[in-house]
Amino acid sequence: MKINVVDHKGAHHELEAPEGYRVMEVIRDYDVGIKAECGGACACATCHVYVDKEWFDKIPEPTDEEIDMLDEAFGVEDNSRLSCQILTDDSIDGITVYLAPGTEPEEKTGDRAA
Amino acid sequence: MSEMIETDVVIIGAGPVGLFAVFELGLLDLKCHLIDILDKPGGQCAELYPEKPIYDIPAWPEISGQGLTDRLLEQIAPFNPEFHYNRMVAGLEKQADGSFIVTTDEDEKFHCKVVVIAAGGGSFQPKRPPVPTIEEYEGKSVFYSVRRMEEFRDQDILIVGGGDSALDWSLALQPIAKSLTLVHRRDAFRGAPDSVKKMKALVEEGKMNFSLGQMTGLEGEGGQLSKVNLKNADGEFSVDATRLLPFFGLTMKLGPIADWGLNLEENLIPVDTEKFATSEPGIFAIGDINTYPGKLKLILSGFHEAALMAHAAKAIVNPDEKVVFQYTTSSTNLQKKLNVK
Ligand SMILES: Cc1cc2nc3c(=O)[nH]c(=O)nc-3n(C[C@H](O)[C@H](O)[C@H](O)COP(=O)(O)OP(=O)(O)OC[C@H]3O[C@@H](n4cnc5c(N)ncnc54)[C@H](O)[C@@H]3O)c2cc1C
Ligand code: FES
Repeated sequence: MKINVVDHKGAHHELEAPEGYRVMEVIRDYDVGIKAECGGACACATCHVYVDKEWFDKIPEPTDEEIDMLDEAFGVEDNSRLSCQILTDDSIDGITVYLAPGTEPEEKTGDRAA
Repeated sequence: MSEMIETDVVIIGAGPVGLFAVFELGLLDLKCHLIDILDKPGGQCAELYPEKPIYDIPAWPEISGQGLTDRLLEQIAPFNPEFHYNRMVAGLEKQADGSFIVTTDEDEKFHCKVVVIAAGGGSFQPKRPPVPTIEEYEGKSVFYSVRRMEEFRDQDILIVGGGDSALDWSLALQPIAKSLTLVHRRDAFRGAPDSVKKMKALVEEGKMNFSLGQMTGLEGEGGQLSKVNLKNADGEFSVDATRLLPFFGLTMKLGPIADWGLNLEENLIPVDTEKFATSEPGIFAIGDINTYPGKLKLILSGFHEAALMAHAAKAIVNPDEKVVFQYTTSSTNLQKKLNVK
Protein backbone atom coordinates (compact mmCIF):
# COMPACT_ATOMS: atom_id res chain seq x y z
CA MET A 1 0.00 0.00 0.00
CA LYS A 2 1.04 3.61 -0.52
CA ILE A 3 0.66 6.88 1.34
CA ASN A 4 1.22 10.34 -0.13
CA VAL A 5 2.90 12.99 1.96
CA VAL A 6 3.27 16.68 1.15
CA ASP A 7 6.16 18.08 3.20
CA HIS A 8 6.65 21.55 4.72
CA LYS A 9 8.10 22.88 1.47
CA GLY A 10 5.23 21.54 -0.61
CA ALA A 11 7.18 18.63 -2.11
CA HIS A 12 5.22 15.47 -2.78
CA HIS A 13 6.42 12.05 -1.57
CA GLU A 14 4.79 8.78 -2.49
CA LEU A 15 5.80 6.27 0.17
CA GLU A 16 5.44 2.51 0.11
CA ALA A 17 4.00 1.73 3.54
CA PRO A 18 3.91 -1.59 5.35
CA GLU A 19 0.58 -2.43 6.96
CA GLY A 20 0.10 -2.27 10.70
CA TYR A 21 2.27 0.78 11.32
CA ARG A 22 1.32 4.36 12.03
CA VAL A 23 1.42 6.99 9.31
CA MET A 24 3.89 9.01 11.45
CA GLU A 25 6.29 6.05 11.60
CA VAL A 26 6.30 5.71 7.82
CA ILE A 27 6.93 9.45 7.35
CA ARG A 28 9.72 9.35 9.94
CA ASP A 29 11.40 6.24 8.53
CA TYR A 30 11.58 7.72 5.04
CA ASP A 31 13.21 10.85 6.54
CA VAL A 32 10.65 13.19 5.03
CA GLY A 33 11.20 15.46 8.07
CA ILE A 34 8.71 15.30 10.93
CA LYS A 35 9.50 16.04 14.56
CA ALA A 36 7.20 13.40 16.13
CA GLU A 37 9.04 13.96 19.36
CA CYS A 38 7.14 11.58 21.64
CA GLY A 39 7.49 8.70 19.24
CA GLY A 40 3.78 8.06 18.89
CA ALA A 41 2.58 8.33 22.47
CA CYS A 42 -0.02 10.97 21.62
CA ALA A 43 1.89 13.27 23.96
CA CYS A 44 3.50 15.98 21.83
CA ALA A 45 1.35 16.98 18.82
CA THR A 46 4.50 17.39 16.70
CA CYS A 47 3.20 14.83 14.17
CA HIS A 48 0.20 17.01 13.22
CA VAL A 49 -1.00 16.61 9.62
CA TYR A 50 -3.90 17.77 7.50
CA VAL A 51 -5.68 14.84 5.94
CA ASP A 52 -6.88 15.34 2.36
CA LYS A 53 -10.56 16.26 2.63
CA GLU A 54 -11.62 13.32 0.49
CA TRP A 55 -9.98 10.94 2.91
CA PHE A 56 -10.80 12.56 6.19
CA ASP A 57 -14.16 10.91 6.71
CA LYS A 58 -12.92 7.52 5.58
CA ILE A 59 -10.42 7.01 8.40
CA PRO A 60 -11.36 5.92 11.92
CA GLU A 61 -12.34 8.84 14.17
CA PRO A 62 -9.84 10.34 16.62
CA THR A 63 -9.99 9.37 20.28
CA ASP A 64 -10.71 12.01 22.93
CA GLU A 65 -7.03 11.81 23.88
CA GLU A 66 -6.02 12.78 20.34
CA ILE A 67 -8.52 15.65 20.18
CA ASP A 68 -7.17 16.96 23.50
CA MET A 69 -3.59 16.69 22.28
CA LEU A 70 -4.42 18.71 19.15
CA ASP A 71 -4.72 21.67 21.56
CA GLU A 72 -0.90 21.74 21.56
CA ALA A 73 -0.73 21.84 17.76
CA PHE A 74 -0.74 24.97 15.61
CA GLY A 75 -3.08 25.96 12.81
CA VAL A 76 -5.60 23.26 13.65
CA GLU A 77 -8.26 22.79 10.96
CA ASP A 78 -11.30 20.57 10.58
CA ASN A 79 -9.13 17.99 8.81
CA SER A 80 -6.33 18.00 11.39
CA ARG A 81 -5.09 14.70 12.79
CA LEU A 82 -2.08 13.39 14.68
CA SER A 83 -0.36 11.09 12.21
CA CYS A 84 0.85 8.78 14.98
CA GLN A 85 -2.78 7.89 15.65
CA ILE A 86 -3.59 6.78 12.10
CA LEU A 87 -2.87 3.13 11.37
CA THR A 88 -1.69 2.03 7.95
CA ASP A 89 -4.12 -0.54 6.61
CA ASP A 90 -5.89 -1.31 3.35
CA SER A 91 -8.59 1.25 4.03
CA ILE A 92 -6.13 4.17 3.71
CA ASP A 93 -4.23 2.90 0.66
CA GLY A 94 -3.51 6.01 -1.43
CA ILE A 95 -4.29 8.59 1.31
CA THR A 96 -2.70 12.05 1.10
CA VAL A 97 -1.58 13.98 4.19
CA TYR A 98 0.05 17.42 4.46
CA LEU A 99 2.62 18.11 7.21
CA ALA A 100 1.34 20.96 9.39
CA PRO A 101 3.37 23.95 10.64
CA GLY A 102 5.20 23.37 13.92
CA THR A 103 6.18 19.79 13.09
CA GLU A 104 9.54 20.59 11.48
CA PRO A 105 12.43 18.68 13.08
CA GLU A 106 15.01 20.68 15.07
CA GLU A 107 18.01 21.79 13.06
CA LYS A 108 21.03 19.60 13.71
CA THR A 109 24.46 20.83 14.67
CA GLY A 110 26.96 18.21 13.77
CA ASP A 111 30.48 17.03 13.18
CA ARG A 112 31.94 20.11 14.73
CA ALA A 113 35.42 19.87 16.09
CA ALA A 114 35.99 21.31 19.53
CA MET B 1 24.65 36.95 42.12
CA SER B 2 24.45 34.12 44.59
CA GLU B 3 27.36 32.40 46.26
CA MET B 4 29.33 29.65 44.61
CA ILE B 5 27.91 26.19 45.34
CA GLU B 6 30.71 23.66 45.86
CA THR B 7 30.13 20.02 44.95
CA ASP B 8 31.92 17.00 43.49
CA VAL B 9 29.59 16.53 40.54
CA VAL B 10 26.99 18.59 38.69
CA ILE B 11 24.49 16.52 36.72
CA ILE B 12 22.76 18.38 33.90
CA GLY B 13 19.31 16.85 33.55
CA ALA B 14 17.19 15.04 36.14
CA GLY B 15 15.75 12.44 33.77
CA PRO B 16 15.87 8.75 34.71
CA VAL B 17 19.52 8.48 33.73
CA GLY B 18 20.63 11.59 35.63
CA LEU B 19 18.75 10.28 38.67
CA PHE B 20 20.37 6.87 38.58
CA ALA B 21 23.80 8.49 38.15
CA VAL B 22 23.32 9.91 41.66
CA PHE B 23 23.14 6.34 42.95
CA GLU B 24 26.26 5.07 41.22
CA LEU B 25 28.23 8.21 42.11
CA GLY B 26 26.87 8.10 45.65
CA LEU B 27 28.17 4.58 46.23
CA LEU B 28 31.60 6.05 45.49
CA ASP B 29 31.02 8.92 47.95
CA LEU B 30 30.59 11.58 45.31
CA LYS B 31 28.12 14.35 46.13
CA CYS B 32 25.78 15.49 43.37
CA HIS B 33 23.71 18.52 42.45
CA LEU B 34 21.17 18.10 39.65
CA ILE B 35 19.86 20.92 37.49
CA ASP B 36 16.80 20.69 35.24
CA ILE B 37 14.72 23.21 33.36
CA LEU B 38 11.57 21.24 34.19
CA ASP B 39 9.81 21.84 37.49
CA LYS B 40 10.09 18.17 38.45
CA PRO B 41 12.36 15.12 38.13
CA GLY B 42 11.90 12.32 35.59
CA GLY B 43 12.69 13.96 32.23
CA GLN B 44 10.77 12.41 29.34
CA CYS B 45 9.23 9.76 31.63
CA ALA B 46 7.55 12.39 33.79
CA GLU B 47 6.87 15.01 31.12
CA LEU B 48 5.81 12.95 28.12
CA TYR B 49 4.44 9.69 29.46
CA PRO B 50 3.88 9.66 33.23
CA GLU B 51 0.88 7.31 32.99
CA LYS B 52 2.10 5.06 30.20
CA PRO B 53 3.64 1.68 30.98
CA ILE B 54 7.28 0.76 30.28
CA TYR B 55 7.90 -2.97 29.83
CA ASP B 56 11.65 -3.22 29.47
CA ILE B 57 13.05 -2.08 32.80
CA PRO B 58 14.89 -5.14 34.16
CA ALA B 59 12.92 -6.83 36.96
CA TRP B 60 9.93 -4.50 36.49
CA PRO B 61 7.57 -6.35 34.12
CA GLU B 62 5.53 -3.18 33.95
CA ILE B 63 6.05 0.26 35.44
CA SER B 64 4.73 3.71 34.47
CA GLY B 65 6.95 6.66 33.63
CA GLN B 66 6.01 8.34 36.91
CA GLY B 67 6.33 5.06 38.82
CA LEU B 68 9.88 4.62 37.59
CA THR B 69 10.72 8.20 38.53
CA ASP B 70 9.29 7.75 42.05
CA ARG B 71 11.28 4.52 42.54
CA LEU B 72 14.49 6.15 41.40
CA LEU B 73 13.96 9.04 43.82
CA GLU B 74 13.45 6.54 46.62
CA GLN B 75 16.57 4.64 45.61
CA ILE B 76 18.81 7.72 45.55
CA ALA B 77 17.37 9.38 48.65
CA PRO B 78 20.15 8.06 50.96
CA PHE B 79 22.67 10.15 49.03
CA ASN B 80 20.78 13.42 49.61
CA PRO B 81 21.15 14.79 46.11
CA GLU B 82 20.29 18.45 45.75
CA PHE B 83 17.82 19.42 43.04
CA HIS B 84 17.60 22.74 41.24
CA TYR B 85 14.51 22.92 39.05
CA ASN B 86 13.18 25.55 36.63
CA ARG B 87 16.70 26.41 35.60
CA MET B 88 18.52 26.09 32.35
CA VAL B 89 22.21 25.30 32.53
CA ALA B 90 23.53 28.13 30.44
CA GLY B 91 27.30 28.07 30.80
CA LEU B 92 30.05 25.54 31.38
CA GLU B 93 33.60 26.78 31.79
CA LYS B 94 36.77 24.88 32.50
CA GLN B 95 39.11 26.38 35.09
CA ALA B 96 42.90 26.36 34.98
CA ASP B 97 43.01 23.56 37.60
CA GLY B 98 40.73 21.31 35.50
CA SER B 99 37.63 21.94 37.59
CA PHE B 100 34.46 23.51 36.18
CA ILE B 101 32.11 26.39 36.81
CA VAL B 102 28.56 25.69 35.76
CA THR B 103 26.15 28.64 35.53
CA THR B 104 22.38 28.73 35.21
CA ASP B 105 19.99 31.27 33.72
CA GLU B 106 19.02 32.08 37.30
CA ASP B 107 22.57 33.31 37.88
CA GLU B 108 23.65 30.50 40.15
CA LYS B 109 27.19 29.21 40.01
CA PHE B 110 28.37 25.72 40.80
CA HIS B 111 32.01 24.76 41.22
CA CYS B 112 32.70 21.06 40.60
CA LYS B 113 35.35 18.60 39.51
CA VAL B 114 33.15 16.57 37.20
CA VAL B 115 30.20 17.44 34.96
CA VAL B 116 27.76 14.76 33.86
CA ILE B 117 25.59 15.72 30.91
CA ALA B 118 22.40 13.65 31.16
CA ALA B 119 20.42 16.04 29.00
CA GLY B 120 18.41 13.42 27.11
CA GLY B 121 16.63 14.78 24.08
CA GLY B 122 17.56 18.29 25.13
CA SER B 123 16.02 20.80 27.47
CA PHE B 124 12.25 20.99 27.62
CA GLN B 125 11.27 24.45 26.39
CA PRO B 126 7.93 26.06 25.59
CA LYS B 127 6.75 25.58 22.01
CA ARG B 128 6.99 28.73 19.91
CA PRO B 129 3.87 29.27 17.79
CA PRO B 130 4.78 29.50 14.09
CA VAL B 131 3.40 33.03 13.86
CA PRO B 132 5.48 35.47 11.76
CA THR B 133 7.73 37.94 13.67
CA ILE B 134 6.98 36.40 17.10
CA GLU B 135 10.72 36.27 17.91
CA GLU B 136 10.88 40.08 17.81
CA TYR B 137 8.46 40.33 20.72
CA GLU B 138 9.81 37.55 22.92
CA GLY B 139 11.01 38.67 26.33
CA LYS B 140 9.48 42.13 25.80
CA SER B 141 5.79 41.54 25.31
CA VAL B 142 5.50 37.85 24.43
CA PHE B 143 6.27 35.48 27.31
CA TYR B 144 6.04 31.72 27.69
CA SER B 145 5.94 31.75 31.45
CA VAL B 146 5.26 34.30 34.16
CA ARG B 147 8.37 34.96 36.18
CA ARG B 148 7.31 38.35 37.53
CA MET B 149 3.61 39.16 37.86
CA GLU B 150 4.42 42.89 37.86
CA GLU B 151 5.30 42.70 34.14
CA PHE B 152 1.60 42.10 33.58
CA ARG B 153 0.03 44.74 35.81
CA ASP B 154 -2.33 47.15 33.99
CA GLN B 155 -1.64 45.46 30.66
CA ASP B 156 -4.01 44.17 27.99
CA ILE B 157 -3.23 40.48 28.30
CA LEU B 158 -3.98 37.80 25.75
CA ILE B 159 -3.54 34.19 26.82
CA VAL B 160 -3.72 31.38 24.27
CA GLY B 161 -4.25 27.71 25.12
CA GLY B 162 -6.65 25.26 26.73
CA GLY B 163 -4.62 23.48 29.40
CA ASP B 164 -3.92 24.19 33.05
CA SER B 165 -1.22 26.80 32.37
CA ALA B 166 -3.58 28.91 30.24
CA LEU B 167 -6.43 28.62 32.74
CA ASP B 168 -4.37 29.08 35.90
CA TRP B 169 -2.63 32.17 34.54
CA SER B 170 -5.92 33.63 33.33
CA LEU B 171 -7.26 33.33 36.87
CA ALA B 172 -4.10 34.63 38.50
CA LEU B 173 -3.51 37.60 36.21
CA GLN B 174 -7.11 38.74 35.77
CA PRO B 175 -7.18 40.80 39.01
CA ILE B 176 -4.13 42.89 38.02
CA ALA B 177 -4.75 43.13 34.26
CA LYS B 178 -6.21 46.14 32.49
CA SER B 179 -8.03 43.60 30.33
CA LEU B 180 -7.62 39.87 29.89
CA THR B 181 -8.69 37.68 27.00
CA LEU B 182 -8.35 33.91 26.82
CA VAL B 183 -8.31 32.42 23.35
CA HIS B 184 -8.59 28.72 22.63
CA ARG B 185 -9.35 26.80 19.46
CA ARG B 186 -12.43 25.06 20.87
CA ASP B 187 -14.92 25.35 23.68
CA ALA B 188 -13.49 22.39 25.60
CA PHE B 189 -10.52 22.46 27.96
CA ARG B 190 -7.98 19.91 29.12
CA GLY B 191 -7.37 21.87 32.30
CA ALA B 192 -8.90 21.16 35.70
CA PRO B 193 -12.74 21.39 35.55
CA ASP B 194 -12.72 23.64 38.60
CA SER B 195 -10.50 26.20 36.84
CA VAL B 196 -12.76 26.07 33.78
CA LYS B 197 -15.73 26.83 36.03
CA LYS B 198 -13.96 29.77 37.65
CA MET B 199 -12.86 31.13 34.28
CA LYS B 200 -16.40 30.90 32.89
CA ALA B 201 -17.77 32.68 35.95
CA LEU B 202 -15.34 35.58 35.39
CA VAL B 203 -16.45 35.79 31.76
CA GLU B 204 -20.12 35.86 32.90
CA GLU B 205 -19.33 38.70 35.28
CA GLY B 206 -17.66 40.63 32.46
CA LYS B 207 -14.27 40.57 34.19
CA MET B 208 -12.48 38.76 31.38
CA ASN B 209 -13.17 37.66 27.80
CA PHE B 210 -13.10 34.30 26.13
CA SER B 211 -12.87 33.86 22.36
CA LEU B 212 -12.67 30.86 20.12
CA GLY B 213 -9.78 31.25 17.74
CA GLN B 214 -6.21 30.66 16.66
CA MET B 215 -3.44 33.21 16.13
CA THR B 216 -2.48 34.30 12.64
CA GLY B 217 -0.32 37.37 13.18
CA LEU B 218 1.06 40.00 15.53
CA GLU B 219 1.17 43.76 15.23
CA GLY B 220 3.36 46.19 17.11
CA GLU B 221 6.63 48.07 17.02
CA GLY B 222 10.09 47.63 18.46
CA GLY B 223 9.12 44.47 20.30
CA GLN B 224 6.10 46.13 21.85
CA LEU B 225 2.95 44.28 20.90
CA SER B 226 -0.27 46.20 20.26
CA LYS B 227 -2.59 43.77 18.54
CA VAL B 228 -2.98 40.05 17.91
CA ASN B 229 -4.74 38.87 14.76
CA LEU B 230 -6.81 35.73 15.03
CA LYS B 231 -9.26 33.63 13.11
CA ASN B 232 -12.02 31.18 13.81
CA ALA B 233 -14.90 29.56 11.93
CA ASP B 234 -16.68 32.92 11.68
CA GLY B 235 -13.70 34.67 10.10
CA GLU B 236 -10.81 36.92 11.08
CA PHE B 237 -10.70 39.27 14.03
CA SER B 238 -8.17 40.97 16.25
CA VAL B 239 -7.69 41.67 19.94
CA ASP B 240 -5.77 44.64 21.37
CA ALA B 241 -3.00 43.22 23.50
CA THR B 242 0.22 44.48 25.05
CA ARG B 243 1.16 41.12 26.55
CA LEU B 244 0.84 37.70 24.96
CA LEU B 245 1.20 34.36 26.74
CA PRO B 246 0.99 31.36 24.39
CA PHE B 247 0.74 27.96 26.14
CA PHE B 248 1.18 25.06 23.71
CA GLY B 249 3.18 22.65 25.83
CA LEU B 250 6.88 21.89 25.74
CA THR B 251 9.33 20.62 23.18
CA MET B 252 12.90 19.38 23.53
CA LYS B 253 15.66 21.59 22.21
CA LEU B 254 19.40 20.99 22.40
CA GLY B 255 19.88 24.48 23.86
CA PRO B 256 23.14 25.86 25.27
CA ILE B 257 24.95 22.49 25.12
CA ALA B 258 25.85 23.38 21.53
CA ASP B 259 27.93 26.30 22.81
CA TRP B 260 30.24 24.46 25.18
CA GLY B 261 32.88 23.50 22.63
CA LEU B 262 32.12 19.79 22.82
CA ASN B 263 32.24 17.58 19.74
CA LEU B 264 28.71 17.05 18.47
CA GLU B 265 27.31 14.63 15.94
CA GLU B 266 23.77 15.39 14.78
CA ASN B 267 22.98 17.10 18.10
CA LEU B 268 24.37 14.17 20.10
CA ILE B 269 27.59 13.99 22.09
CA PRO B 270 30.01 11.26 20.98
CA VAL B 271 31.52 9.31 23.89
CA ASP B 272 33.72 6.26 24.38
CA THR B 273 32.10 3.14 25.77
CA GLU B 274 34.58 2.54 28.56
CA LYS B 275 34.02 5.74 30.53
CA PHE B 276 31.34 7.61 28.56
CA ALA B 277 33.72 10.56 28.46
CA THR B 278 33.23 13.43 26.00
CA SER B 279 35.96 15.19 24.04
CA GLU B 280 36.59 17.33 27.14
CA PRO B 281 38.29 15.59 30.10
CA GLY B 282 36.07 15.74 33.20
CA ILE B 283 32.85 16.04 31.22
CA PHE B 284 30.85 12.84 30.75
CA ALA B 285 27.67 12.29 28.73
CA ILE B 286 25.17 9.51 29.51
CA GLY B 287 21.65 8.57 28.44
CA ASP B 288 19.82 9.75 25.32
CA ILE B 289 22.18 12.70 24.74
CA ASN B 290 25.22 10.57 23.88
CA THR B 291 26.11 8.50 20.86
CA TYR B 292 28.53 5.64 20.17
CA PRO B 293 28.55 2.66 17.84
CA GLY B 294 25.55 0.49 18.66
CA LYS B 295 23.86 3.07 20.92
CA LEU B 296 20.25 2.34 21.84
CA LYS B 297 18.19 5.12 23.39
CA LEU B 298 16.90 2.95 26.19
CA ILE B 299 16.67 3.69 29.88
CA LEU B 300 18.50 0.50 30.77
CA SER B 301 21.43 1.49 28.53
CA GLY B 302 21.61 4.81 30.35
CA PHE B 303 21.75 3.01 33.70
CA HIS B 304 24.71 0.91 32.55
CA GLU B 305 26.45 4.01 31.23
CA ALA B 306 25.96 5.70 34.62
CA ALA B 307 27.73 2.87 36.45
CA LEU B 308 30.82 2.90 34.25
CA MET B 309 30.94 6.68 34.15
CA ALA B 310 30.85 6.84 37.97
CA HIS B 311 34.07 4.86 38.34
CA ALA B 312 35.82 7.10 35.82
CA ALA B 313 34.48 10.18 37.61
CA LYS B 314 35.76 8.87 40.95
CA ALA B 315 39.28 8.65 39.54
CA ILE B 316 39.09 12.33 38.64
CA VAL B 317 37.64 13.58 41.94
CA ASN B 318 39.82 11.41 44.21
CA PRO B 319 42.81 10.38 42.08
CA ASP B 320 44.73 8.95 45.04
CA GLU B 321 41.94 6.84 46.47
CA LYS B 322 41.96 3.20 45.48
CA VAL B 323 38.45 1.95 44.69
CA VAL B 324 37.78 -1.66 45.59
CA PHE B 325 34.97 -3.16 43.53
CA GLN B 326 32.11 -4.22 45.83
CA TYR B 327 28.59 -5.61 45.66
CA THR B 328 25.75 -3.86 47.47
CA THR B 329 24.54 -7.31 48.56
CA SER B 330 27.62 -8.16 50.57
CA SER B 331 29.45 -4.94 51.35
CA THR B 332 28.67 -3.56 54.80
CA ASN B 333 30.46 -0.42 53.73
CA LEU B 334 28.05 0.16 50.82
CA GLN B 335 25.06 -0.84 52.93
CA LYS B 336 25.98 1.77 55.50
CA LYS B 337 25.86 4.41 52.76
CA LEU B 338 22.43 3.14 51.77
CA ASN B 339 21.19 3.38 55.37
CA VAL B 340 20.55 -0.37 55.50
CA LYS B 341 19.74 -1.35 59.07
C1 LIG C 1 6.55 8.01 24.74
C2 LIG C 1 7.90 7.42 25.06
C3 LIG C 1 7.98 6.10 25.44
C4 LIG C 1 9.21 5.54 25.79
N1 LIG C 1 9.25 4.23 26.17
C5 LIG C 1 10.43 3.69 26.56
C6 LIG C 1 10.51 2.34 26.99
O1 LIG C 1 9.50 1.62 27.00
N2 LIG C 1 11.70 1.86 27.41
C7 LIG C 1 12.84 2.62 27.40
O2 LIG C 1 13.90 2.14 27.80
N3 LIG C 1 12.81 3.91 26.98
C8 LIG C 1 11.63 4.45 26.55
N4 LIG C 1 11.60 5.75 26.10
C9 LIG C 1 12.86 6.50 26.05
C10 LIG C 1 13.24 7.00 27.44
O3 LIG C 1 12.21 7.80 27.97
C11 LIG C 1 14.54 7.78 27.32
O4 LIG C 1 15.54 6.89 26.88
C12 LIG C 1 14.93 8.35 28.68
O5 LIG C 1 13.98 9.29 29.14
C13 LIG C 1 16.29 9.02 28.57
O6 LIG C 1 16.62 9.50 29.84
P1 LIG C 1 17.66 10.66 30.04
O7 LIG C 1 17.76 10.83 31.51
O8 LIG C 1 18.86 10.38 29.25
O9 LIG C 1 17.01 11.95 29.37
P2 LIG C 1 15.58 12.70 29.50
O10 LIG C 1 14.55 11.81 30.05
O11 LIG C 1 15.35 13.30 28.16
O12 LIG C 1 15.87 13.85 30.55
C14 LIG C 1 16.78 14.89 30.27
C15 LIG C 1 16.47 16.09 31.13
O13 LIG C 1 17.50 17.06 30.98
C16 LIG C 1 16.94 18.34 30.98
N5 LIG C 1 17.88 19.25 30.32
C17 LIG C 1 18.48 19.12 29.10
N6 LIG C 1 19.31 20.14 28.85
C18 LIG C 1 19.24 20.97 29.93
C19 LIG C 1 19.86 22.22 30.27
N7 LIG C 1 20.76 22.82 29.47
N8 LIG C 1 19.53 22.79 31.45
C20 LIG C 1 18.62 22.20 32.31
N9 LIG C 1 18.01 21.02 32.03
C21 LIG C 1 18.32 20.42 30.86
C22 LIG C 1 15.63 18.17 30.24
O14 LIG C 1 14.73 19.22 30.57
C23 LIG C 1 15.18 16.79 30.74
O15 LIG C 1 14.33 16.88 31.86
C24 LIG C 1 10.38 6.32 25.74
C25 LIG C 1 10.30 7.67 25.35
C26 LIG C 1 9.07 8.22 25.02
C27 LIG C 1 9.00 9.67 24.63
S1 FES D 1 4.32 11.63 17.76
FE1 FES D 1 3.81 12.75 19.54
S2 FES D 1 1.68 12.98 19.38
FE2 FES D 1 2.21 11.88 17.59
